[in-house]
Amino acid sequence: MFSRSGYHVFTHQEYESRIRGGHNFYQIRFSDRPVTSSKSIIDIIVALDNDSITLHGEELSDDGIIVYDRAMVKNEYTGDRFLHTPLLEIAETHGRDRIMVNTVAIGVVLGMLGLEMDIFFNIIEDTLKKKGSEIIKLNKDAFSAGYRFAVQGCLRCAFSVAPREKSRMLIGINEAIGIGAIASGCKFYSAYPMTPSTGIMLYISGKAKEYGIVVEQAEDEIAAINMAIGASYAGVRAMTGTSGGGFALMVEGLSLAAMTETPVVIALAQRPGPATGLPTKTEQADLLFALHAGHGEFPRVIYAPGSPDQAFYLTNKAFDISQRYQIPVFILTDQYLSDSQWTGEPFDFNDFIHRDYRIRDKSLEDIEDYKRHAFTENGVSPFGIPGTSKHLIITDSDEHDEEGHIIEDPETRIQMVEKRLFKKIPLIKEDMSSPEFYGDDKPDTVLIGWGSTWGVLKEVVDMLSKNKRIALIHFQEVFPLPNTGKLDYLGIFKDAKITICIENNATSQFSRLIKAETGLGFTHHIRRFDGRPFFADLLARRIDGIIG
Amino acid sequence: MVSLDDLKGKIPAWCPGCGNYSILRAFREAMVELDMSPQDFIVVSGIGQAGKFPHYIRCHTFNGLHGRTLPVATGIRLANHKMPVIAIAGDGDCYGEGGNHLIHAIRRNIGIKLFVHDNHIYGLTKGQASPTSTEGMVTKNQPFGVLSGRLNPIALAVALDCSLVARGFAGDIAHLKGIMKEVINHNGFALLDILQPCVTFNKVNTYDWYRQRVYYVGDDYNPEDRVSAFVKSLEWGERIPIGIIYRNRRQTFEERVPVIKENPLIDHEVFTENWRDALKEALNEFF
Repeated sequence: MFSRSGYHVFTHQEYESRIRGGHNFYQIRFSDRPVTSSKSIIDIIVALDNDSITLHGEELSDDGIIVYDRAMVKNEYTGDRFLHTPLLEIAETHGRDRIMVNTVAIGVVLGMLGLEMDIFFNIIEDTLKKKGSEIIKLNKDAFSAGYRFAVQGCLRCAFSVAPREKSRMLIGINEAIGIGAIASGCKFYSAYPMTPSTGIMLYISGKAKEYGIVVEQAEDEIAAINMAIGASYAGVRAMTGTSGGGFALMVEGLSLAAMTETPVVIALAQRPGPATGLPTKTEQADLLFALHAGHGEFPRVIYAPGSPDQAFYLTNKAFDISQRYQIPVFILTDQYLSDSQWTGEPFDFNDFIHRDYRIRDKSLEDIEDYKRHAFTENGVSPFGIPGTSKHLIITDSDEHDEEGHIIEDPETRIQMVEKRLFKKIPLIKEDMSSPEFYGDDKPDTVLIGWGSTWGVLKEVVDMLSKNKRIALIHFQEVFPLPNTGKLDYLGIFKDAKITICIENNATSQFSRLIKAETGLGFTHHIRRFDGRPFFADLLARRIDGIIG
Repeated sequence: MVSLDDLKGKIPAWCPGCGNYSILRAFREAMVELDMSPQDFIVVSGIGQAGKFPHYIRCHTFNGLHGRTLPVATGIRLANHKMPVIAIAGDGDCYGEGGNHLIHAIRRNIGIKLFVHDNHIYGLTKGQASPTSTEGMVTKNQPFGVLSGRLNPIALAVALDCSLVARGFAGDIAHLKGIMKEVINHNGFALLDILQPCVTFNKVNTYDWYRQRVYYVGDDYNPEDRVSAFVKSLEWGERIPIGIIYRNRRQTFEERVPVIKENPLIDHEVFTENWRDALKEALNEFF
């Protein structure tokens, strides 16, 4: 509704690990300027149960209003802050069904805000097209009744929201990764469902027929990654996705991809562990796991987008880099990102990288002496595909010779490690983009973050930059650490008086990575590991306290 | 015409007298008779003595991880189902480490031909019990004898309605070759369990032990009757049937995946002229 009215929107939700019931909430923030995070202060709360009032009542702003129905929350509240609305009664009278409560509530909120009814009528018609005109009419009636109730009944409502010019794109990160993968020529996706990564598989399987993609729900994550590796060996771009526990099962396959130099893209949507942890909550605690996973030593790339927009472009880069260097590449997200929706500019497909690295049939036939793991100057062997040429494509999880056959001699082993690892890494590093710099160009205080904290940290900088020299350095291309040629981020860290690394984990994993790779430490750390995301206003207050 | 020499790979590193040599011989002869060149098929193997098999032929090879033969083969087959895919595994590899994958590959009925070199013992790790070891067999690692029951792969496969279930014996190359050809020509998933003596570690299931017991299922046996196939699959001990035990005409997985009905996935064009426009349309649902 808000994105169609031309507003910038950010939504996030929290839910429990159960199919129905429990305490769930969905937060919508909209603005005439870009919004990239949630706030802890809420202007309108629609309470469909009593918990929503007791748990979130304190988050209400000074002018805020709680909409509730005595009959639903089974409680009576008095005072200016509460607006009793007979949601159930309206639903039953005008929508002829209790299920219409949601529609009535939307009507009430839009009535409070004074937004035009027509836009929502269009949404009802679009969404319920398949259900028929009767259902559409009942929904419209229920909505209108709720709307009228708010216009007449909410005397305190001082909100004024006018529709703006154009409708905006509203999208979540899993869909963005899905579109990015399809646009990058992904033809094969195998995975085992696991929150919060499942959305990627759902999106791609929904498009499988249209874009000619094979999506296979594997029997387990071990099979999922091995299938993707098989498909990739056979010549199609392949991807898998999972969360921490599932990735733990994939680790052996990750090492296989590395040894056989088979490209694979892995979306790893983090959630709090260890073990089953908090399955529907958020955390950034699998960075070092992704970094160190897999037996043996091999190159890998880790991207950590902070928004759907970044996820879309990084997914494309993930496919390209994984094909170019024949390595595994990660897209690291988390529950907070997976269950958020953002407005943004439409994705631009013109900048997409479309390079085909495969050699097959005729082009392979033309090579006189082909070896799948041939030693080359840059360590990358031509990517031959089994097909109609005379050459055989041989590869092995054992250490192998150039042809791909098992060996055990030390000389070949050393040459292979040099080829796979040492020659590729400097080239990969050159392809890593600099972190994003945002804020004062001579900052006293530098905030450091990666992945999902991008939006919240930018807003924190905006809040504090009025009277502080503050900047953000945010990493979306996390490993290997980018070179400092284009942006001397290490110099900026050294020059700042205060450096605060902010992470959604208990042990400052990114800070440890920086320390291990560069020897540099940060002056302060903020860690959150209760399973919840950072909120800009609370975080700004805490950082303000550190700066003093 | 393909010759035996065309299919000759590296010199095998198996023990002298190993049942694998006869399996290799039967395989190469079968491929010659089917006129399949090294470029015409892909062999996926795991880890164990059987895992080395593709190195000793010449063919497209993916020698993957222990137990993971079938998922890799599944990925390959879905990417390019015009290419015959043969998976080669051992009993530890396929019935132990990768047991779950076997169940689901059979369920899918994906057109992989699975050859299990079943020697009832772990060879590469030097003589521990495998899932098909005889109950009570004493090994270095099972000093009280094997305490678990023997896995019956044939009965398991029939129970799962596996599209083709067969058993061969490494000591009978001519018969084994014939079975291999039937397996390779079958449309759908096929399990060929090959009884393979391990001359170094398995002192129970020797060549002689098998020779006294194996018999051909015979022409009057109907492998398309699932109930009698199940009865046949339970025969073990005094008499061991070899040949095609069970066959059905289930539709294959590849036939049921709509997007590869016309062309294999590998032949789908990517990055075509109108690719970008088609994708822009995908964004409409987000407005």
